[in-house]
Amino acid sequence: MDIIIYGIINSVSLALMAVGFTLVYGVSRLPNFAHGALYVLTGYLTWLLMYRLGLNYFLAALFALALTGLIGAAMYQLVLIRVRGMPISEIIASYAIGLAILEGLRWGGLKGGTFRLPPFIEGSVLIFGVSVDFQRIFVVVLGSALMGGLWLFVNNTKLGLALKGMAQDERAALTLGIDSDRMAVVATAIGSMLAGAAAIILLPLGSIVVESGYHVLIMAVAVCIVGGLGSWTGAVFAAFIIGFAQIITVVFLGAHFQVVVALLAIVVTLVSRPSGLFGRQKELEERV
Amino acid sequence: MFGSKGDRRKERLDRGIKVRSDGVYAISSWREITYLIAPRLLFILGLALAPLALGAAPYWQRVISIICVYALLAIGFDFLANYVGLVSLGGGFYVGVGAYVSALLNTHYGIPPLLCVPLAMILGAVICTILFLPCLPLRGVYFAIVSLMYPLLAARIIEALDIFGGTDGILGVDGFPNIWLEQYILILSVIVIVFALRRLVEEDVGLVFRGVKDNDQAVKASGINITVYKALGVFIASSLGCLGGAWLTHMYMWAGLSQFALDFSIIPIAATVVGGGGTIVGPVIGCLILVPVSELLRDFGSLRIAVYSIILTAFIVFKSEGIMPYAARKYEQFERWVEI
Repeated sequence: MDIIIYGIINSVSLALMAVGFTLVYGVSRLPNFAHGALYVLTGYLTWLLMYRLGLNYFLAALFALALTGLIGAAMYQLVLIRVRGMPISEIIASYAIGLAILEGLRWGGLKGGTFRLPPFIEGSVLIFGVSVDFQRIFVVVLGSALMGGLWLFVNNTKLGLALKGMAQDERAALTLGIDSDRMAVVATAIGSMLAGAAAIILLPLGSIVVESGYHVLIMAVAVCIVGGLGSWTGAVFAAFIIGFAQIITVVFLGAHFQVVVALLAIVVTLVSRPSGLFGRQKELEERV
Repeated sequence: MFGSKGDRRKERLDRGIKVRSDGVYAISSWREITYLIAPRLLFILGLALAPLALGAAPYWQRVISIICVYALLAIGFDFLANYVGLVSLGGGFYVGVGAYVSALLNTHYGIPPLLCVPLAMILGAVICTILFLPCLPLRGVYFAIVSLMYPLLAARIIEALDIFGGTDGILGVDGFPNIWLEQYILILSVIVIVFALRRLVEEDVGLVFRGVKDNDQAVKASGINITVYKALGVFIASSLGCLGGAWLTHMYMWAGLSQFALDFSIIPIAATVVGGGGTIVGPVIGCLILVPVSELLRDFGSLRIAVYSIILTAFIVFKSEGIMPYAARKYEQFERWVEI
């Protein structure tokens, strides 16, 4: 029972980490390697707004999210747009921005367990005889709500449909009057905010540390690759596969192997089925 | 707006001496010969005299060795990215493998360091190539992501299984017998490798490498096995990384998990972008600039990674050609404004 409950929690967390990354990649074919940095940054901003400016938790989180969205948009508009279409430079530039944010934060004093966000509600309940704290329930509920909301947004609003159009065929979208550069900015902003939302939901489970930026990036990449880059259904499925695989490894082998599982999953997937479980991209053209 | 009176554009023309020294006339006079040799000689002598010039400051002598180690990695990255088309973000993996192989050879079999290093270079490169073999069909983003995972994976596995000394690393590795020997062999190898690789990419095999990068389907259609060439490219690049790693091990008399660290992946990339990709010499120049900067920033801890990330981003956005192509253009061409 432990395995199932914590497996679900872990899987939803992974899906939360990955959803922003896969959105950005799906829409603008930009592997946003600054994803993990934006995650940590939102957590830190929320902390700053709460404890330095004395805002209440909800407002602080909201402001931090808005700021992260702006930072993401600015990052795309000022830097990444100039290297669009050059995969090598895209990776290097976004990775460099991420590194600059993370290592800058580390230098600015973000280390150790002193930076913590409080859980939304303290306490825990028993579910089928397993003790689960409220925050983890929030993770599952809010995570599912967020992904459901995103699905509705993409399929039912004009902006969402424009993003979907971009993701499916950029040229066709252009002929229909969708401004691809603007959409890419919007997608990066939304992707950054999703990274931020994941941070606000997940960070109360631990403390805000720089290392989690790298961890989140690796996990997001792992989930997206196993699921197929740019495929949202694939990402959710992959999150569940990796999530359960991790929990099972932790139970039977030890916590050290948790990351190894994700990395091995990537290598195995890429080698055996490069387009991922649900990848829709043409294998020949893209990678082989 | 198009072609109105008074519009000017910049015209670039090859200098006469450049055109002459391209052909057989290169040997027609001392002037042409000097024109060809001067930049190369400047590079060789500059590197070779640096340890002597800094003889009074042992700390900065050590920095020169570190520059050379990073330069080896950066040359490998440049070669792999711009001639074979494989962007490897995991330079740390080559360094780590080289370091561990050399340390194990030294501590377990008692092989002296000067023999260990070449052995580790070859053995390490073989190990890296075999491990990368399954990923070779991948291209672009996919190869970049997988190669980024390798050093992380290696460090985690060593940590989790507690092999090769676990988190403590391998202690008690022998150092080099003599500091001058240590420096000059390394500097000499950097110089030789630079010129050898520049030669290699101009040969037939280099042509095939560039074919693999630009249009691998065409290379396949010519009946050439691209996997063999990609493996060869990885072998060359990883042998450079392993050489650097092995050298570091004996310099610090220690091999550990930090040799899989991020620094070894990011500085060579930054150096390549700053120095100019696709030139082989450019990365060395990039290292000559970036590594001392990072040494000066050592007191600020992790700020230095942030600093060269910013330098890197700035170069990608504003000066994507890099220093070396820029300098070469100034050296070989003159510019003038002409009326349209």
